[in-house]
Amino acid sequence: MSDHNAAAHDHVEHPTWKQYKWVGFWLLVITAIEVWVYYTPFKESKLFAPTLLLMSAVKFGVVVFYYMHLKYDHPLFKRLFAMGLGIAICTMFALLFLFGALKIGG
Amino acid sequence: MATADTPAGHEGHHEHVHYTSTGLENRKIAIWALIGSECMLFASLISTYLIYKGRSKVGPFPHEWSCKTSNVVGKTAELVAGCAPADVLKPILDIPVTSQSTFVLLMSSLAMVLALAAVENKGHPLPAGAGWWDRCLASSKFWLMATAVMGATFIGYQSYEFTSFVHEGLTIKTNLFGSSFFTLTGFHGAHVSVGVLWLLTLFAIDVKRGLKGKNDVLLVDICALYWHFVDVVWIAIFTLIYLIQ
Amino acid sequence: MATTAAPAPINTPAGTSYAPGEATGIWSWLTTVDHKRIGTLYLWTALTFFIVAGIEAFIIRLQLMKPNNQLVSAEMYNQLFTMHGTTMVFLVIMPLSAAFFNYLIPLQIGARDVAFPRLNAFSYWVYLFGGIFMTVPIFFNVAPNGGWFGYAPLTTMQFSGGLNIDFWVIGLQILGVSSLAAAFNFITTIINMRAPGMSLMRMPIFTWMSFVVQFLLILAFPAITIALFFLQFDRFFGTQFYEIAAGADPLLWQHLFWVFGHPEVYILILPAFGLASEILPTFSKKPLFGYNVMVYSGIMIGFLGFGVWAHHMFAVGMGATADTIFAMATLLIGIPTGVKIFNWVATMWGGNIRFTVAMKFAISLVALFTIGGISGVMHSSPPTDLQQTDTYFIVAHFHYVLFGGSIMGIMGGIYFYYPKIFGRYMSEKLGNWHFWSFFVGMNMTFFPMHYAGMLGMPRRIYTYDIGQGWEQFNLWSTVGALLQGVGLICFVYNFVKSRKRGEVAPNDAWGAGTLEWSIPSPPPDYNFAKIPYVTSRYPLWDIKQPEMTAELTHTAPDAGVIADAHAVPMHEETQYYTAKSLGIPMPFPTIKPFFAALFMVLMMAGLVFIHLDLFWVAIFVMIGSGAAFVGSLYGWLTSPLE
Repeated sequence: MSDHNAAAHDHVEHPTWKQYKWVGFWLLVITAIEVWVYYTPFKESKLFAPTLLLMSAVKFGVVVFYYMHLKYDHPLFKRLFAMGLGIAICTMFALLFLFGALKIGG
Repeated sequence: MATADTPAGHEGHHEHVHYTSTGLENRKIAIWALIGSECMLFASLISTYLIYKGRSKVGPFPHEWSCKTSNVVGKTAELVAGCAPADVLKPILDIPVTSQSTFVLLMSSLAMVLALAAVENKGHPLPAGAGWWDRCLASSKFWLMATAVMGATFIGYQSYEFTSFVHEGLTIKTNLFGSSFFTLTGFHGAHVSVGVLWLLTLFAIDVKRGLKGKNDVLLVDICALYWHFVDVVWIAIFTLIYLIQ
Repeated sequence: MATTAAPAPINTPAGTSYAPGEATGIWSWLTTVDHKRIGTLYLWTALTFFIVAGIEAFIIRLQLMKPNNQLVSAEMYNQLFTMHGTTMVFLVIMPLSAAFFNYLIPLQIGARDVAFPRLNAFSYWVYLFGGIFMTVPIFFNVAPNGGWFGYAPLTTMQFSGGLNIDFWVIGLQILGVSSLAAAFNFITTIINMRAPGMSLMRMPIFTWMSFVVQFLLILAFPAITIALFFLQFDRFFGTQFYEIAAGADPLLWQHLFWVFGHPEVYILILPAFGLASEILPTFSKKPLFGYNVMVYSGIMIGFLGFGVWAHHMFAVGMGATADTIFAMATLLIGIPTGVKIFNWVATMWGGNIRFTVAMKFAISLVALFTIGGISGVMHSSPPTDLQQTDTYFIVAHFHYVLFGGSIMGIMGGIYFYYPKIFGRYMSEKLGNWHFWSFFVGMNMTFFPMHYAGMLGMPRRIYTYDIGQGWEQFNLWSTVGALLQGVGLICFVYNFVKSRKRGEVAPNDAWGAGTLEWSIPSPPPDYNFAKIPYVTSRYPLWDIKQPEMTAELTHTAPDAGVIADAHAVPMHEETQYYTAKSLGIPMPFPTIKPFFAALFMVLMMAGLVFIHLDLFWVAIFVMIGSGAAFVGSLYGWLTSPLE
């Protein structure tokens, strides 16, 4: 962040339809699996919530890294986003524990 | 050397470019800071929804069956079988319908990146023998409009959802679930609406004078970042609120 | 050599209160997008609110001067302490800091303006209208009366009917917009508008602390925004967020409020820390001791500030685990704060100290903040806190931190930067009267509160009975408040009078080492005729007193960057030019941010009509001004900046 990055003047190559369509495809597939799982007996399993969270985290990451170009753009943007997201997630977990919506050991 | 020191000597070549420390665009930094801030906004909303989950004293509930006249709450219809049929409150969240709106919103993100790519590639001639699909990919107007239409469709789904909930007896005043659910999804819907307005504005500019060049790429880029962020928030909401019980 | 005619300087009478060659008159202020003018507007407005809040505090002190006093009604007392707190936090200290952010950040980093000049104007106008919206109701006896923290469910319709809390809820939403817009602006400015060679680790500490504050703002304000929306929805639309009977949790508000509220404390104090870090090295004739550690501890304070909020709530019974975690995090935050204190002391150590008024204020910040900090560490321990919570001990603690810290630091900043802003010095003689009456008065007011608190005097009580041992402490406090009032009058007189009659100040009014002192006082509208490239932390000392910065690292930026920015070696500028003769493009003045702010505030304020049973008026005002707001926004965004 502190360096005067002259190279950043150059245009950053963003991906094209060839990659974007696969990103879109995987987003749909994961969503389909999420919804499908909802209608299976796996829904009652203890692993249901963690599995779903993992799948949506993947979707979240894919959109952020590919569609929002965080993978290709200047690292500064990554830091700005990570800071907001990090503090937000920590605060959320802290609140859920404080209100007893989450408990250690289930 | 004295001439080089006079900034006036550099004027008038092409559009004036301000020097920046990082070489990045001001507006892009600001929109990422805004997105960081929005994370906290939605975290507060989602936390409240999750904290209040299961604390409502009267139905309807998101995933459970209940009865208007008694305190019976259950995961299956059999548990409220003793209730008069008119008093039975079904689980309110409609997964099939919301899956469709989620699908639309995810696809709008794809359209959005294609709109940005189309603006970025303006000025590159189409390859020889370009088919209808290459022509389509090159049309920023098409993709901007497609994104806006899909956003509007999502809002349409949400209006349908809200209306049917109200018919089933859940309003923002009914219980804690109603208050926190409508506020959370309403905030998200408001964000989508702002995005649709933004996209339509860009579309209008594109029709009027054509989006082209570095500055216009930036205009579309910041709108796209906002749009995708609204999309990822929905990814979180769909899992946390709709699918996980 | 010169093929282009050198621009001719404007002849100027020395020591004008605005830079020569600039437009004057009310219209030029309404349409200004110049960060320096906006900073000056913030300064005047916030000082006006400071006087209002001071009068409120003084009435509170008169009411508490003796037992069973009936000077004001209990209801008015509630409004007074609520508005004193709310005004001081949101309308005085934050905007006074914002005045310095606006004025100083671009100057300190070598920029010609902020990243988004028109957004900056918008922030100011929103602040002004929001401030008026919150302040006027007290004259009609309908001011907010639920404390500056507005705990729900106390502030829901059930317990607080009437318009009072409506003004508070909507007012804070409005002010939040102002702070957030400004924060995005300054983050971008600091990241992207620095002069060549001004790496992050060369920025003046004030800019650094401001940088941290902007992140605190953008991450803390959303939490209170949401809490306020819930309260607003509860009050206006019948939601149940704070409805205990419906199963709501009475702690929801407290948690969301303090998730914002604790970072807010650092939002209030860090800018004052930054100002002290500029003043102390200047008058000690030494570079700041431990610059890097100062920066890291500022970041550390900001970061840890998000993990300590629940120490405001030990008394609600969160359980041993939560109490322990938050107590430890709170103790931890004492470390970077203590580091700062020691660094300031070490900066002065062995220095050639000049005791100007600004320096005295800065030193008093170090001393008084330490007292407030230590009492803060005391109630970071839950068992101790249970004795102290909601007593005057807490009032004593946070006044040492916010008056002894923030206000003293900001006052030092005003004396220090006045010559830069207005081109003339403030009177040192009156300044000394001001300083000593503030210093003695503030200790006399707030120190006895520790004792009153330990004897069990609760916060926020309207009056008290005789014979509880609180009488003499309250009397002392009131006398101290009187002394502070005398100091405030000296200050206001000095501030107003010196604009025309103060001693004329040169460029470098105090012999400081940072960029803002290398240009004329007051600075011309374009700030820097030629952008300098920076090779060390104290660029002005580099050319004027190189022996002082000999031990600091110096590295020149690469030639490409210098050429790109048309930068020239570090130099002093003493002449005024017009931006046009220098070929510097300036942003156009525009009234659009003013109208955008006005209509946005009206749109949000229109909600109040619902509780006056004027439903259709509310709808009309909100939709009408909402449409006008969007219209002004489109007009603004589609017109070119420069």
